[in-house]
Amino acid sequence: MSAKVAIRNLYKIFGPRGAEMVPLVENGMDKATLLDRHGHVLGLRDINVDMAAGEITVIMGLSGSGKSTLIRHLNRLIEPTAGEILIDGQDVMRLGPAELRAMRQKRMSMVFQKFALLPHRTVQQNAEMPLSVQGHDPARTTEDAKRWLARVGLAGNEQQYPAQLSGGMQQRVGIARALTANTDIMLMDEAFSALDPLIRSDMQDLLLELQKELQKTIVFITHDLDEALKLADHLVILKDGAVVQQGEPQGILLAPADPYIEDFVSDINRARVLRVRSIMEPVDRDTFDGDVSPDSNLERLIAQSDGDTNHVYRVVEDGAVLGQVNMQTLVKALVPRVRSTDRTAAR
Amino acid sequence: MAAYESFFDALGLRDWCDADKTDGPMSMAQLLAQTQGGDAGAEGPVLPFPSLDVLHEACHRIGQTRDVTEGLERGFLDIRPELKLVLDPITQPLSWMLDGALWVAEGTPWWIMIPALLLLSYLVSRSKAVTAFVAAVLVFFAVIDHYDVAMQTLAIVFVCTGLSVLFGVPIGIGMSKSNTAQRLIVPILDLLQTLPTFVYLIPLIFLFSVTESKLYGIAIILYAIVPVIRLTDLGIRLVDKDVVEAANAFGMNAWQKLSRVELPLALPNIMAGVNQTIMMSLAMVVIASLVSAPGLGVLVLRGIRNLELGVGIVAGLGIVLLAVILDRVSKAALARVDQQRGH
Repeated sequence: MSAKVAIRNLYKIFGPRGAEMVPLVENGMDKATLLDRHGHVLGLRDINVDMAAGEITVIMGLSGSGKSTLIRHLNRLIEPTAGEILIDGQDVMRLGPAELRAMRQKRMSMVFQKFALLPHRTVQQNAEMPLSVQGHDPARTTEDAKRWLARVGLAGNEQQYPAQLSGGMQQRVGIARALTANTDIMLMDEAFSALDPLIRSDMQDLLLELQKELQKTIVFITHDLDEALKLADHLVILKDGAVVQQGEPQGILLAPADPYIEDFVSDINRARVLRVRSIMEPVDRDTFDGDVSPDSNLERLIAQSDGDTNHVYRVVEDGAVLGQVNMQTLVKALVPRVRSTDRTAAR
Repeated sequence: MAAYESFFDALGLRDWCDADKTDGPMSMAQLLAQTQGGDAGAEGPVLPFPSLDVLHEACHRIGQTRDVTEGLERGFLDIRPELKLVLDPITQPLSWMLDGALWVAEGTPWWIMIPALLLLSYLVSRSKAVTAFVAAVLVFFAVIDHYDVAMQTLAIVFVCTGLSVLFGVPIGIGMSKSNTAQRLIVPILDLLQTLPTFVYLIPLIFLFSVTESKLYGIAIILYAIVPVIRLTDLGIRLVDKDVVEAANAFGMNAWQKLSRVELPLALPNIMAGVNQTIMMSLAMVVIASLVSAPGLGVLVLRGIRNLELGVGIVAGLGIVLLAVILDRVSKAALARVDQQRGH
């Protein structure tokens, strides 16, 4: 599949002479040295990411890792120091001001961590904003906004002001606004990070549900690994402005490329995140203790086996046998490569 | 021998100093010394500060301090015709507006004017209590026969505030968009705010005739425009960065951003600036009565000049009452804007 959005050799260095610093960083100077010797801050270092159409690409990293900087490069809210950003093969860096505005209006919409709604406008007017900016016919704009507000569960709240709504509902307005724009790319900058855990989980479900229906190309930023694993088709992990590992989330979980990621993944509930598909092996026997779906998670399988590690299950999807799962393999997959005690000792 | 003479001798500048030597006018210190019967040079301190006057005594080539003020005055008078040529036509509409407003205020019978003002206060404030208070104040002015002067003052305040907002808001917007503009304009605003008000009346009196209304109009506007500029600038700079970012992300152009996001979000601050502008133009109306502005200020001035205690105090309190009703009405409007947003 060709990439909908492609980032090529992207660098961002904050400071008055950022462009002059690129060669230094290319030759391997690190963030601390750059700041110390030249007074420039390294934002992003040699980012290469392909984002496939219709997939959710999650960019994850701790605060200061450059993830919010990265997402703002896609619609050029922040100008890169060097590199290319290709959208459907077109270089965003070559757009003039008017073309750039047209691209922001028609091809990319954005959802913000702090909602960023217009406080003096009603929910309805906020959802209409992307279309009214483009000067669309008001009747169609009103209808579109109403439809999307209803779709995210805000029917009946149209005439309220954002301040009258809870955080979760405000972010629903933010999502409705992005959907009304009717763009095929949606950028979500820590969209659910400001919400309570329960509401956050609701919103993640809403997003997945919408995605099943709309098949948009979504770029999602988060610092929460559980959220990343729940949403991601493609996971990119950033550290100090560089990509440490990217790929299919299950793969990253099972084979973390470096201690930083091991650290990250060691604290999550692997049984709930890992799926049977990721740990199944080729079939080498005839008798099985039962059948499982490849998309069921390990937690469900453990419940099914009643904790018996001698069981072996057959993985079946739509009547076809894909492989088998040995409960002993499963137990091993549950243990991160580095135990937390070792990490504590190593520190 | 005057102090510092030997200094010029040592530098070998004596010939240069004494060339075309004429007796310049005496400095104030010399004049005082002379009238007291002494000699300025002999009785002075041993080492006086080398001021212009002192150095002038030692070397006649160096100008006296009075040359500075004189030069300033001459320079101003020299450019005065050109300045007048440019400024007169530009500011002429101000005279027309002020005269028109005064004509309306004086010509409209009270039984039309008072209901019209009450309607206006209600439309702006949407508060019955505030409107009732305005009614009480207007009736009070009428009862003590100060209705006409109060209306004149009100007319001047309306025109000057209106123009201040008309010019101040765009200037404030420009300042908020450019740090260079802000750096250049802030000192001017500081100057306008701190320069004693009488001081900038002086060049105005030279430029325009005292019988023209624009003279006091300009004085009031220069003084009152400052807060609306400052608070527009501040208001737009304080607009939530996230919301501006969202406006950019959805592809708004500069005008859409200004009209749909920045100005509406800055409105509470701008309204606070308008409120301050109203208060300051009211304060200036009294000083403007020195240069023929009609209204309550004239009575205050009469109170001071003739020591008519009662006249001065009644007119002064009248200005306070006007200030209070203008403040309440504009604050009620501000509160209404805030409330609309569902806070």
